[in-house]
Formats: sequence, structure tokens, C-alpha cells
Amino acid sequence: MILELREVSVHFGAVVALERVTLGVGRGELAAVMGPNGAGKSTVLKAIMGLAPVVGGQVFWRGTPLVAATHDIVKQGISFVPQGRRVFTHLSVIENLELGCLYLNDRAEQARRLESVLELFPILYEKRRDMASQMSGGQQQMLALGRGLMANPEVLLLDEPTLGLAPIVVKEVFEKVHEINERLRTTIFVVEHNIKGVLDIASRAYILDKGRLVHSGTPQSVQDTSILTDVFLGRLNVGEGEDTD
Amino acid sequence: MLTRPPSWQRLSELARNPLQAFALSRNNVELWANLLIITFAVVFMLWKGATFAVTLGTVFAIWAMLSVSLNLVVGFTGLLSIGHIGFFGVGAYTVAILTSTTAYENLRTGAIPTFGWPFFAALPVAAIAAGLVALLVGIAFNRFRDDIYVLVSFGFAIISFNVFLNLRGITRGAFGIHDVARPQIGSWVFDTELELMLMAMALMVIVVGISWFIVSSSFGRVLTAIREDEQVAEVFGYHASHYKLAVWVISAMMAGVAGGMFSSWTTFIDPNSFILLESVLLVSIVILGGLATIWGSLLGALAFVLLEEGMRFLPFLPQEYVGQARQVVLGILLVLLMVFRPQGLVGRYKL
Repeated sequence: MILELREVSVHFGAVVALERVTLGVGRGELAAVMGPNGAGKSTVLKAIMGLAPVVGGQVFWRGTPLVAATHDIVKQGISFVPQGRRVFTHLSVIENLELGCLYLNDRAEQARRLESVLELFPILYEKRRDMASQMSGGQQQMLALGRGLMANPEVLLLDEPTLGLAPIVVKEVFEKVHEINERLRTTIFVVEHNIKGVLDIASRAYILDKGRLVHSGTPQSVQDTSILTDVFLGRLNVGEGEDTD
Repeated sequence: MLTRPPSWQRLSELARNPLQAFALSRNNVELWANLLIITFAVVFMLWKGATFAVTLGTVFAIWAMLSVSLNLVVGFTGLLSIGHIGFFGVGAYTVAILTSTTAYENLRTGAIPTFGWPFFAALPVAAIAAGLVALLVGIAFNRFRDDIYVLVSFGFAIISFNVFLNLRGITRGAFGIHDVARPQIGSWVFDTELELMLMAMALMVIVVGISWFIVSSSFGRVLTAIREDEQVAEVFGYHASHYKLAVWVISAMMAGVAGGMFSSWTTFIDPNSFILLESVLLVSIVILGGLATIWGSLLGALAFVLLEEGMRFLPFLPQEYVGQARQVVLGILLVLLMVFRPQGLVGRYKL
């Protein structure tokens, strides 16, 4: 595993968001974390990024504990695309992308990365001079993905990349995520509520329920069992009495 | 939203066809605000004469330095501070204390140290002093944001005023400091209003230049990112606290320079020049001109100075009510602005 959570617990006061969760992603893989609302999916990524209070366990990066502050994690090779796109709406597409690696202070390298990202996302090239606020939700998601790639990460963390998008756009986003994983060999750790779409492109799957890991295996193993149905219909007796919102 | 300026070719086409130009610009509030304020300034100065215009120019330059520097913090970084007047005061008092040579021993407050420095030696110290105070205050403020930030900056304005008022061994409290030195190069003393205005304008140009450089740089881009979404800026490798602290200190140093110029121009300062109301007026100027625009801050400062001075000549307004009336008019203007144009005259963002 290049990036791994071992026995990680995250508590927000009395609220248990994650309890002794162990999961990870191998180099070049596309690992998907799924589960119903409040399962703690996004908290997994936040724990990696130092945005959630880890009260037990540890995050490991290339086999050693990841102890960097949030603003240093991207420099270690982990890039995060947050939920809801969160592009800088008052900046242009190019300015948004450049912010993905301005910390480098190497203009030639920034220009090289910009060129390769614009090549990967034709829509961003087409809209490169537009303000991010003028883009549609799907285009903004592409921009968020592109901005994440500007850091030239080894691992890309994606938090609900298809949230709030139209079905046709969802398909495009999954295709692009798959392309990034296949073509750039970028390891991807994606948290997603769209089970069907993400299982089609994932190489490893995890299912969370009420802050606990209830299944891990291949995408096929998820489809071969009734685990998803049980989780989404509340048939599993996991962490009774605990709120994971 | 950004609008791109028309090309020179397009401008010359419009110049040849004024009716078309008028039709196109009819709804352009920014253009009309610029034209109105600048035209009013020119007419007002022609009407009142050169001497008045020169004084007005100095007042404008000082307010402009303050509003441009505050806009770096409020507009470009998204930290609504109403404590900026404190740094203005630190700069003013630093220059006053370092340059004044008055024998205070004869006065009731007792002796305060006198140094007799020249203005140009004291001014950089004023900037550094304001920067140091900002650094200390900023380290404490960095943990706050949004509404709490407004409240703590409010507290700083109150505290700084009380320090100026009560630290009498250094500031002479309510008695103020007299005979602040004028700028001097060799035997050339900047003693006339024109020379002082040129000096203030030169400092303003430096402040504007530095501000423009900051907002045009990658540092400025990160400030914009922090204003829009601090957490995402952090995720992308920018230590937001450091950036916020840096711009806060730079902005305070600029305010310190404005304060130094102010005390040298008036040659006398007391705590009444650094009350909370001045800070509120300053924030109003920034909002009036527009957030995250240097030109807007200059325009806002010009509009404010014209409003402030212009009201003195309203025939139906007795002189004793002018001061209060200015505040009322500015208040009404701000309310109207918030309702009809919350991004300010030429701003890009709403507060």
C-alpha cells in the first residue's frame, strides 16, 4: 500500500466518525470508498489531509507515518480534490490551475504542467480565459480535477467527484477519472456515492457503515454479495447507537 | 466578474461616434462613477482655487494610502479589519516622538524623550514600528476569522486609542505632541503646502506601486485563493496563516507611513486623530470604492475627501453641524450602496 489508514479513529467530540478503520490504496490502483450518508466516507480523506481529528491509529504514506501539516501534504505527492468542487470562482481557469502548483516557484515546470493538464482536459483549454464562475458544474469539476493534477501527485484523493452533476456529466467525470488512472498511472482514492459508476472503474473497493469498515475487496466481491443492499437498507448491526454524521 | 477593456481601435471608433459611445456606456456604473467623481474633483478645485486644491491633494493622498493598504487586507485577503487606524497612529506617533524637539519639561505632563531625528530617518522607523505591532497583533489574530476577526480588530482600535491617550510618558496623552518635523533634504525643508502635497503624493505612488506589485504577483493570487476558500488554499500547499500575517504586516507598514506623513503635515498630533470612528470611515471608503481594487480605493478616497470638504461649502448647512452631517451623509451613502451596489463603485466582490 502506498497510502494506508491503520486502525484510524476520528471523533468529533462525542460523535464517532471513524472507528478503527483500516484501508488503503496500492500504487497505480483506483480504490473506491462507498457507503450511505454519514458512513464516514469523506472523513477518510479528511483524516489523510489533516482536516479531521485523528484520535487513534495512524495514516501511513509509503510505509512511514504521515505527520505533515495540511499545507505540506501536497508537496509530499498527495493531492486532494474536495467535495463540491470548490474552485476559486473569481479567478480564471488558468489562474485556478496555476494555483495547483504555484508553491513550486518554478515557472518552467508550472508551464509544463499547465500544458499537459490543458491537453488532458480540452474543455479547460477551450475555456482557459473564462472565469471559473462562468463554467457549468461539470466543467468546474473538470477544473477541480485539473487543479488537483497540477501538483503532479502520486495519489489523487477525490471526494464525491460526481455529487450534484447530471447523469451525462457523471459519465464524463468517471471516464476522465479512469483516464487519469490508466493514462497517467496516478493512484486514485475516491469517495463516491454513485456505486455503479465507481465500481466500473475501481480496482479495489471498501464499504463503510456508521464509521466502521464492513467490507473490503475487489469490485466484483461487492457485486457478488448482498453487502451493499444490507448497508443501504440498514440491515447490518454496526455500531448501534452511534451517530457518525 | 472581470470585463476586458476595449482595444484602442475600438476606443477611437467610439470617440468618432459619441452617440454610440453613450448608448454603450449608459448602464456602465463604473464608468459613470469615475467620470462623476473626477469631474467633480476638477470643478471643485477650479472653483476653490489652487491653494485649496493642494491641501485637498494632501488629505487625499493620506486617505488613499490608508484605503489602498487596508484593501490589501479587507478586499484582497478577506479579513474585515476595523483596527487599521491603530497602525496609522503608531506611525504618526513614531515620527512625532522621533522628530519633535519641543521642550516638554515646562508642560504639565512632564518630560518625554526627545530625539530630534530628521523626518526621513523617522519615517522608515514608523513603518517598522507599525509592522512590529502588526506582527504581534497578527500572531494573536491569526486564529480568528469572519465575525470574530471584526470584533478583535475593533478591540485593537480601542486599545491603541487608549494607549495613545494614557501612555503619557511617551505620547503626552491628550496634550498631544507639537512641532513634528517637516520633511527636509539638506537645507531644503518641505515647508509649503505644495511641497507637502508632492511629498504625500510621492509616498502614495510608492504605496500604490507596492500594492499593485503584490496583487499582481503569485503572492496576491494566493491571497485571493485564501479569501475565496482558505481550507482549499491550505490543501494546495499554502500556509494561509503565514500569507495572512505577511499581508497584514505589509498593510500596517503602509498605514504607518501614512501616519508619519500625516503627523509631519499637521505638525501636531493627539489621540483624537486615531479614534474608532476614523477606522470606520476608512472601512467605509474601502467599501465605497470597491473591494479588491486598488483603483477603487483611490476613487473611494477621492469621493470621501470631496464629500468631506465639499460639505463645508453648502450654504444651508451651518458650520457647527458640518462634522456630524458628513458622518450622516456617508452613512446614508453606505446604506444606499449596500442596497443598490454592494460591490462598491468599481469593485469586483460583495462584502
